[in-house]
Amino acid sequence: MEADAEEAQRLATEARDRVRFEEDALALSDQVYRVARHLAASREDADELMQETYARAFRSWRSFQPGTNMRAWLLRILTNLNIDRGRRQQRAPQMQPLEANDYYLYDRLAENEDGVSDEDRVVERLSQDDIVTALSAVPHDFRDVIVLVDLGDFSYADAAQILDIPVGTVMSRLHRGRRILKRELAESALEEAS
Amino acid sequence: MKDPCAHCEEMMQPYMDHVLTDDELVQAEAHLDDCEYCRKRYKFEESLRVYVRQAVAEPMPAELRQKLAALRIPLD
Repeated sequence: MEADAEEAQRLATEARDRVRFEEDALALSDQVYRVARHLAASREDADELMQETYARAFRSWRSFQPGTNMRAWLLRILTNLNIDRGRRQQRAPQMQPLEANDYYLYDRLAENEDGVSDEDRVVERLSQDDIVTALSAVPHDFRDVIVLVDLGDFSYADAAQILDIPVGTVMSRLHRGRRILKRELAESALEEAS
Repeated sequence: MKDPCAHCEEMMQPYMDHVLTDDELVQAEAHLDDCEYCRKRYKFEESLRVYVRQAVAEPMPAELRQKLAALRIPLD
């Protein structure tokens, strides 16, 4: 009799923990989506990946360690699913994308100004479309770290864990990725200007 | 001796990420105080980061939110 009561108590506790886990995970979905949208190749892919991620998370909720970073845990699942869906992880990117120095974009945008420009508004020469297009043109190994660190506010260490790569690789890809992004932005802005 | 502006350009990303060492930070800030050329470009980089975040932010579709909630495992 006592054993039955203990078992009932255990099940009730487990049910409560699971409900809380699901609620916490759902509460993070906006933040997860913000990152997932740009890790995925398209809006449709992001939609499917989110659903697969949450289905898997709800099934394997016991493997989440309470007190650790749940958003990073969810994105680790999402990244693995993204790779499983056919996107190969490039350990060493074969194509060496062209990158520009860090001042390049400013110099290109500013040289197109008519001389009476407001310095604070140089950035506004880029349209929202320019930015979205330029980000999607960055090869995915570089884009992943930009998305996690610059859009998702993950630390280098979290990004390394999510992508299963060393922290040094996160740092070098981030550095190069931002330069590639700026070169892409300069190209699209100049195309429009010409 | 490297061109100070080229050196400052190299330090731009780590500066924005707050990962410069104390010595490097002092060096970068001393140069930025004196150099309008670099200061303008650092300011631009700062606005660019904010601008990119805003430009690519896309709210989660309401339908997807409902689909995710429907994936919850019902209590027995």
